[in-house]
Amino acid sequence: MLAVRNLTKLFGTFAACNGIDLDIQPGEIHALLGENGAGKSTLVKMLFGVLAPTSGQISWRGEAVSIASPSAARKLGIGMVFQHFSLFEALTVAENIALSLDGTIPLARVAERAAELSRAYGLPLDPKAHVADLSVGERQRIEIVRALLQNPQLIILDEPTSVLTPQEADRLFETLFKLRAEGRSVLYISHRLEEVQRICDRATVLRHGKVTGACDPKKETAASLARMMVGADVPHVSAAGTNTKGDVLLEARHLDVPARTPFAVSLKDVSLKVHAGEVLAIAGVAGNGQGELFDALSGEYAVADPNAVLIRQRPVGQQGITARRLLGAGFVPEERHGHAAVTGMSLSDNLVLARNQSDRKAFLGGGVLGVIKYVAVRLASRRISEAMDVRKSGDDPTAGSLSGGNLQKYIVGRELDRQPAVLIVNQPTWGVDAGAASRIRQALVDLAKSGSAVLVISQDLDEIFEVATEVAVISEGRLSDIYPAIALSREKIGLLMGGLQGQPEALTEAAHAH
Amino acid sequence: MRIELEKRPQASVLYAVLSPFIALVLTVIAGGIMFWLLGKDPVSALYSFFVEPLLDVWSLHEIAIKAAPLILIGVGLSICYRSNNWNIGAEGQFIMGAIAGSIVPVVFHEWHSPLVLPLMLIFGMVGGALYAAIPAFLKANLNTNEILSSLMLVYVAQFFLDWIVRGPWRSPEGYNFPVTRNFTPEAILPEILDSGRTNLGFVFAIVAALLIWFMMRYTLKGFEITVLGQSERAGRFAGFSSRRMIWFSMLLSGALAGLAGISEVSGNINKLQPIISPGYGFTAIIVAFLGRLNPLGIIAAGLFLALTYVGGEAVQLTLTVSDKVTRVFQGLLLFFVLSCDTLILYKIRLVFPGRTAAVGQGAVQGAVQGGAE
Ligand SMILES: Nc1ncnc2c1ncn2[C@@H]1O[C@H](COP(=O)(O)OP(=O)(O)OP(=O)(O)O)[C@@H](O)[C@H]1O
Ligand SMILES: [Mg+2]
Repeated sequence: MLAVRNLTKLFGTFAACNGIDLDIQPGEIHALLGENGAGKSTLVKMLFGVLAPTSGQISWRGEAVSIASPSAARKLGIGMVFQHFSLFEALTVAENIALSLDGTIPLARVAERAAELSRAYGLPLDPKAHVADLSVGERQRIEIVRALLQNPQLIILDEPTSVLTPQEADRLFETLFKLRAEGRSVLYISHRLEEVQRICDRATVLRHGKVTGACDPKKETAASLARMMVGADVPHVSAAGTNTKGDVLLEARHLDVPARTPFAVSLKDVSLKVHAGEVLAIAGVAGNGQGELFDALSGEYAVADPNAVLIRQRPVGQQGITARRLLGAGFVPEERHGHAAVTGMSLSDNLVLARNQSDRKAFLGGGVLGVIKYVAVRLASRRISEAMDVRKSGDDPTAGSLSGGNLQKYIVGRELDRQPAVLIVNQPTWGVDAGAASRIRQALVDLAKSGSAVLVISQDLDEIFEVATEVAVISEGRLSDIYPAIALSREKIGLLMGGLQGQPEALTEAAHAH
Repeated sequence: MRIELEKRPQASVLYAVLSPFIALVLTVIAGGIMFWLLGKDPVSALYSFFVEPLLDVWSLHEIAIKAAPLILIGVGLSICYRSNNWNIGAEGQFIMGAIAGSIVPVVFHEWHSPLVLPLMLIFGMVGGALYAAIPAFLKANLNTNEILSSLMLVYVAQFFLDWIVRGPWRSPEGYNFPVTRNFTPEAILPEILDSGRTNLGFVFAIVAALLIWFMMRYTLKGFEITVLGQSERAGRFAGFSSRRMIWFSMLLSGALAGLAGISEVSGNINKLQPIISPGYGFTAIIVAFLGRLNPLGIIAAGLFLALTYVGGEAVQLTLTVSDKVTRVFQGLLLFFVLSCDTLILYKIRLVFPGRTAAVGQGAVQGAVQGGAE
């Protein structure tokens, strides 16, 4: 159906894609694998006409084509769902869909067609709902329906499941199977290898912008796929070790936070303690108060009771993020773009973003004037990029030009570089490839071993079992008791996620044993 | 034929630099057409509008005098706009600064001291800042739209000025004209050159622009302004407060507009009267954008827009056209600047019906087949 020959994309002199060959058959789900910065997004953006190839050829149904814009791609029969959605929150579902179509079709027709499609493919959607009220999974469905309306023969999905709960992901897979049964093809990008093995028929692996292999993922193991991507074995995170418990460095006492917006979750009586040397992982399905907990612990939104949050035994509930950083805490929020980093600014500027007060001495001069010492900042930024193996296309590119996973490595590295006494990370590795994820996780474990307290909020149970010494579960804004990681199994965590009220006895016992 | 806008993958650096110049050229062309429609010779009209003022020492001084308030206000506004605070009411802050600064020479006109002038300038800045504090307070505490509140306060300020020069501050020696007393010599900003009327206000403007340029380029404060303008959430993560930024940017731009107001009154008009500004506060918005919100660019843009005032006066006399031409030119310019800025983020494509410009022949066939299935 689609054949790509020798496709190359240069950014300056840097080859993000270098002589790529790719064939997609009708009626297959084709996985595109590769580490962060391998060039996956760049490749599919060329297929969808967002980026223009530097050289090479794309053929569609045997005819050479040049795809100059997304609308040209749609006309050919190619649809795409981007990693980052492009929806207007203030508009309804139907209005958002209509915006991507030719202006001539009346809104009522669009709503009707969308409703039909969403029924046919098991993507429940209310065309009249406002986007602002919808969950991430529902928003993604809008994007999918929007793509389907054009009756595409090839649908490209760039990391669709990194934002979904497992249940939502399962539902997405069913839709994909339906599409495949109709003879349509799907090009599927994901870092979750188990998922790829489950649903994909073939896989193409990229590394450093080149195709390094093709395989049938069902015949491979997750480890062998990871090896193909990275070019070496992915090291196991070694959590086992000599963590000696020290003082309590991070504590929340009966933290109550009312919901800030109608769509937020309120935190109810959350108490937790993290000792030096511990990694406390907070598991839970997305949207159960993780973001709110992060905001309260980081001080981005301070709380009324000073004693509700303690960092190194000092009450900081009412203090802002700067004061907490000065006490030695570091923070990594979930959203990279526009929260942890400003996409339009360079990496070194983004270093100043997080450390303008904690590293005042090193980064600022000129007394009250606060003149930024760019030489020192650039050096530190380079040091971080090297330590975390951040792949980028120049010395100091804008944060937005980094691939998602590489930006994440930088953002985590930015905090690790300070050796913080307390580190709070929300979803440390989403969108990060297997190699980089294991590197980030190892860094978190090592930080705890060196005597810091680490709090990891994560949806990924594999990750939790790799890094955690203690585990708690958050659900509807309530936090469970804290259990030692070895006393827990996936099933028990699953039970806890289901609801915290009726706690099974086995767990209470585990808590007592603690 | 249809025109399509297509988003560029990255902002174009080339067009970021070129866009103001393209806008200038388009403005001149459109202006020429306008003169032609008015039945004037476009070439000589454009010549007396844009070139003649530059050949004459007197009008060069006029340009400097008119550029000073534009630059002062424009750099203040650039801070607001960069940090996402849309202060449209600089005209009102200009007037209130002028009134507050005039308290000393009008109410205490008997007082002669070298302190008069510095006090006037300080009062002027405080007056402008306090007037900008109203929309700042409303936005920071009640989330009121500052575009509307600051704009509406302009009219309040204009009427307040009108009332005060007709009422309590009317000069007893003014034959009932609505003006205040003439300022005493120590209340007048000194001229800086022997060759003409340019006064210290121009120096204030250049110094302010350089200071703000330094702040934006090298200091943490400038960094804070940029970050908060691009992403409030990232700013919060950095420990910056967008509420404090509302206050900072509005007070700073209000103070600079107030300084412009008192400098204009003290250096150029020498008294208060019902109308003290030909719309400097609004024209400065054009200056800020034409100068790419960059203080150095704003100096150039301020000089250029001052030229449109002086050129407008010139053609008014020589060609007997309406004094509204200046406004028309300024409006055209803003229109073209904002339109040309589209080129920074978008490509323009012409699409012809009947064939698809961008997609090759095979593609069209493919699409037809795809549709048939
Ligand atoms: N606009 C750009 N300008 C310069 N370099 C870019 C640009 N876009 C991407 N790159 C570089 O191209 C490389 C490939 O990026 P791409 O986004 O395709 O990676 P990816 O495989 O999708 O990674 P991830 O899994 O992290 O999303 C990266 O090193 C990135 O820094
Ligand atoms: Mg990507």
